[in-house]
This record gives sequence, C-alpha cells and structure tokens, in this order.
Amino acid sequence: MYGPGVGIVSRGFRGRGRGDDSGRLPPGQYLTDDFPVLSAGPTPHTPIDEWSFTISGGTEPVTWSWKEFRALPSETVTQDIHCVTKWSKFDTDWAGVSVDTLLEHVDYDRAYAVAYSDGGYTTNLPIEDLTGGKAWVAFGYDGEPLEPEHGGPARLLVPHLYFWKSAKWVRGLRLLDEDEPGFWETNGYHNYGDPWREQRYWGD
Amino acid sequence: MTETPRVRTLILDVPALVGHRAGQHVDVRLTSEDGYQAERSYSIASAPGQPLALTVERLDDGEVSPYLVDDVVPGDKFELRGPIGGYFVWEPDGATEPIFLVAGGSGIVPLMAMLRLRRDAGSTVPAKLLYSSRTIDDVIYRDELQHIGADVEQTLTRAQPPGWQGYARRVDIQLLRDVAFPPEDNPRVFVCGPTSFVEAVAEGLVALGHRPGRIRTERFGGT
Repeated sequence: MYGPGVGIVSRGFRGRGRGDDSGRLPPGQYLTDDFPVLSAGPTPHTPIDEWSFTISGGTEPVTWSWKEFRALPSETVTQDIHCVTKWSKFDTDWAGVSVDTLLEHVDYDRAYAVAYSDGGYTTNLPIEDLTGGKAWVAFGYDGEPLEPEHGGPARLLVPHLYFWKSAKWVRGLRLLDEDEPGFWETNGYHNYGDPWREQRYWGD
Repeated sequence: MTETPRVRTLILDVPALVGHRAGQHVDVRLTSEDGYQAERSYSIASAPGQPLALTVERLDDGEVSPYLVDDVVPGDKFELRGPIGGYFVWEPDGATEPIFLVAGGSGIVPLMAMLRLRRDAGSTVPAKLLYSSRTIDDVIYRDELQHIGADVEQTLTRAQPPGWQGYARRVDIQLLRDVAFPPEDNPRVFVCGPTSFVEAVAEGLVALGHRPGRIRTERFGGT
C-alpha cells in the first residue's frame, strides 16, 4: 500500500495508458505486447530425457516422464497474464495439461501446494487455486514449444494470480496440510498474489 | 543530475524514509490531474544511509520514464513505495567472498548501489565490475566509476572513442573468463541488464563452472 498522501498529482504528468476500457487490466498494471522475463538466476536447461514431473503428498508420489506427461490429455487455452513488475499481456496462447488432469492420478487430502522447479525456485498456492480449470502445466506457447527463458520445457500456468506463481521450469508439486511460503513469498512478495486486489508485496 | 543524454538521476527527499538495502527497488506512482495513475519500478542507485537516488533511463515508448527523465523539476512530488526485494541485494556485514558485478546498460544502477555501499562501508571484499555500454556517451556514472575503489572493466559494443583501452565487443565467454573471479574463489555474482544480456552472461558463467546458485540476476525488457 502507498502511504497517506495517496493521489498527489504529479505536475504535468498526463500519461497515455488510458484506452483500455476492457475491464481486463488489473489496478497498477500496463499493457504490453512484449513478453518480459523475470527470473532470479540463470536459466536451467534440463534435457527432456532427464525431465520428470512428480506430485508428492498423496498416499504415494506419482511421477511422469516427459513422454508420459505428453501422452496425457492436453488443452490449448487463451489467457491474460499479469506480472508483479506491472506488465500485463492479453490473449496469450498456451498448450498444457490441466492440473485437474494430473491430480486425477493422485489420492490426496491436502489444502496447500508448493510448486518446485529446476534451479531451486519454489512458489506456494492453495490447492483450490490449482484446480477447477484454473491451472495448467504448460509446454507450449503461441503454437511452439515453450522457450527455456520463458520456463520451458514446462512451466506452471496460473493466470489468475501474479505470474511469479506460474513457476518456470516446474518439476513437481508438493501437497501439504499447511501453507509454506516459497521463494518470492519469503523475499518481500505477497503470499497469495491476486492482481485484482493488487497483492504485490508483504502488507498488501 | 544528467548522467547521459538518455539517463538522469533524481535525488528524492522522502519523508519517513525506511532504510534500504543495496540492490533493492522502489515503485513510483504518478497521478495525472484527472486521476489516471501509472506505476513502474526503479532500482535505487544510492547506498543505504545516503539520500535516496533513482537513476532512470528514458524508454522512447515509455510512459513514466520520459516524464522522470525530461519533465520532472526540483520540488515536484510523486508517490513512492518500497524499498522492495530481498534477493538481489548485497550486504557488507561479515561478507568475505568477492563480488563480481556484471551490468548491461542501465543495469548498472542497482550494482552501483552495491559498489557505493562497499566504498562507504570501507569493505575490503574484492569487487569487480564488468560494464557493457553501447558507446562512451552511454556510460552512466562515468567519472565516479574511476574512483569507486573496485576493479572496473568496460566494454563498448557499438562504437569506441580513439585510444579506447577497454573491450570492444559484446560480453562473451572468453571475456567473462578474462574478467571474472575464478569459480574456485566462490564469488557472489550479480547480473543486471536487458534480458538477452543477462541470459548470455549467466549462461557463460555457468559454462565456466560458476554454480547457478551463486548467480543472482535481474532483467528488464521483453523478448
């Protein structure tokens, strides 16, 4: 939250971001045609034959090889995405496996999840934000395989939350009883990250 | 303060300033008379304990940066939020490992905060900066870098002035091998710049044997 004095006028500032009257742009965001990259370290390059995806925390862990993962039913979706660094991008096209599809193979009774990635990145989400057609493990972008710098071979896609929740290079989910803040969530960023409530940072 | 034709440093008088850490950023929010608002993030250039300074590069298609670089005059007011970020930061307390800082263009800004802190704190941690700019006129903090107390290596990728002693090409693996502390020294590495620059530098350092977990990156711009 900005402090008291909110709304002081910046002399001579006119801005030019008006014109998005679609109601699709969350507060504090601007629209871009670019696809900026935000990551905290080097881009990992995991060979496909060493890649696997694991969901643990159910009665037993379930693991898919790349081949098994790609054999699962997948879908293409068009989504607006919102990064905490203020850019939003409309109508991005993804191909991926719904997390609902993955969880059909897992016998669990948990409320929270931590997604973990090559390179050590983690992010936490309530399971209800990963289910009900709201989240995917995406392997394609704009009709092409997902580029490494954008999270390929596969990333989580949770477009209704700020995009840091959509973990790049994702390798699995740990299902948990208790919430467990992830990488950015322990480094100053909001635990939940709803762009429509502008939950960017601690204290929002 | 004008740094280059495209870059300006703003010194801000912030009421109730909360101390920051070197490498952090703030969010700037501008409000027009009709209530329209625009927010962007800018890295802090000053060392902790100094008046808050932001160094901003004008992006020609930008909305906030042209205002901050070209239009703001002393006495103008806008809203700030922060400091923000707990990962891309360096602190001298107890630090003994060398730091290797790699900047592309205005990616120098958060790294300059670290170098200024190192200088102000009298830290003896070995420090090297590798700084890539297009031309000599694009070099930010040109004079201060000469007495920042660290080993500064520069490369100019587009044009070099007569008698230029530095490198004259994009940062590649050979250049990194020449300049970086060896992986055995276990340096802490901070890389900031445009996405393609950061990708190339981080991948080069990993190829040279630096552990990915020692390399912290901050990127700007699209692909």
